[in-house]
Amino acid sequence: MLPLCSRVLLSHPFSPMSLMALREQLNMLVNSMYIEGLLDQQFQQLQMLQDASSPGFVAEVINLFCEDAERILTELTKLVDQAVVDFQKVDAYVHQLKGSSSSVGAQNVKLACIQFRQFCEENNKDGCLNALNVVKHHYYLLRNKFDTMLQLEQRIQAYDSKQQN
Amino acid sequence: MAVAAEEAQFHVLAVDDSLIDRKLIERLLKTSSSCQVTTVDSGSKALQMLGLREDEESTSPVPADKNKIEVNLVVTDYCMPGMTGYDLLKKIKGSSSLKNIPVVIMSSENVPSRTTRCLEGGAEEFFLKPIKLSDMTRLTPYLPKGKLKEQQRESSNDNNYSNQSKDFCLRRQGQDSPVIA
Repeated sequence: MLPLCSRVLLSHPFSPMSLMALREQLNMLVNSMYIEGLLDQQFQQLQMLQDASSPGFVAEVINLFCEDAERILTELTKLVDQAVVDFQKVDAYVHQLKGSSSSVGAQNVKLACIQFRQFCEENNKDGCLNALNVVKHHYYLLRNKFDTMLQLEQRIQAYDSKQQN
Repeated sequence: MAVAAEEAQFHVLAVDDSLIDRKLIERLLKTSSSCQVTTVDSGSKALQMLGLREDEESTSPVPADKNKIEVNLVVTDYCMPGMTGYDLLKKIKGSSSLKNIPVVIMSSENVPSRTTRCLEGGAEEFFLKPIKLSDMTRLTPYLPKGKLKEQQRESSNDNNYSNQSKDFCLRRQGQDSPVIA
């Protein structure tokens, strides 16, 4: 159930949307992410920490999270591909990703990491291979929505500064 | 020792190997109180900042160290490669010059024996990650009087929708309860 807003938004890049409409799009997108389990209450904490003195906080954290996650996923792909898997090393990376996804409120990614760690504990290579794919699936889904979210936020903030000039 | 002309700002040293968690704790602390925050990514660096050498005997006097900074509160992650938060705690509490600095430990794992161990080791507080704004109120006893801004800030956010141009997202209706299908 893809939220309507992300389809509508990207099909008309040049039509000027009102500030209110942009905000509503953003609101709908974020709400749908909560409903679909992509985000949990911890993301609300990030939203609450953004204010006039730190207007780019959420974007900064999202970008850091994505960079970090992709670095970890690259490492994990190599590690799980080995003939003999170093489960401790794999677990250490998954633990990191679990931690950062938990801190930013990336719920589905976090839950997938928890499952992944189970397979590490059991030294189950096939389980790990599967689990890695699940984590990637949830991560890339989330990243796409984060991209839309940040684009919307940029447009809202640009609109605001245009209005002020 | 010369006395500082102006009152030094309350200084928190935050220790965590995760960059995201360092960003988060820094923002949480700065939002909740007017303090200076320094973040480091390891227990060894924390010790360096505190002017303590890793291999130093806890009872020997701390040599004058130009790198030493004044720290009023240490917030540290438990699980770190190399020196754990617990090791750091023991070093601080075992040092005659540093033992009075409150140490707060954060951990992503809810292991009761770990919590007990840290509290018994002298930690003033133990937080479960992910850390939230409301957790900052538990730091009130260790922050200077009148420095906790969070409660005032939260209540003003609830009422203030006019500053939307600077807000990331509109608050959802019934903002305290998550929308879960």
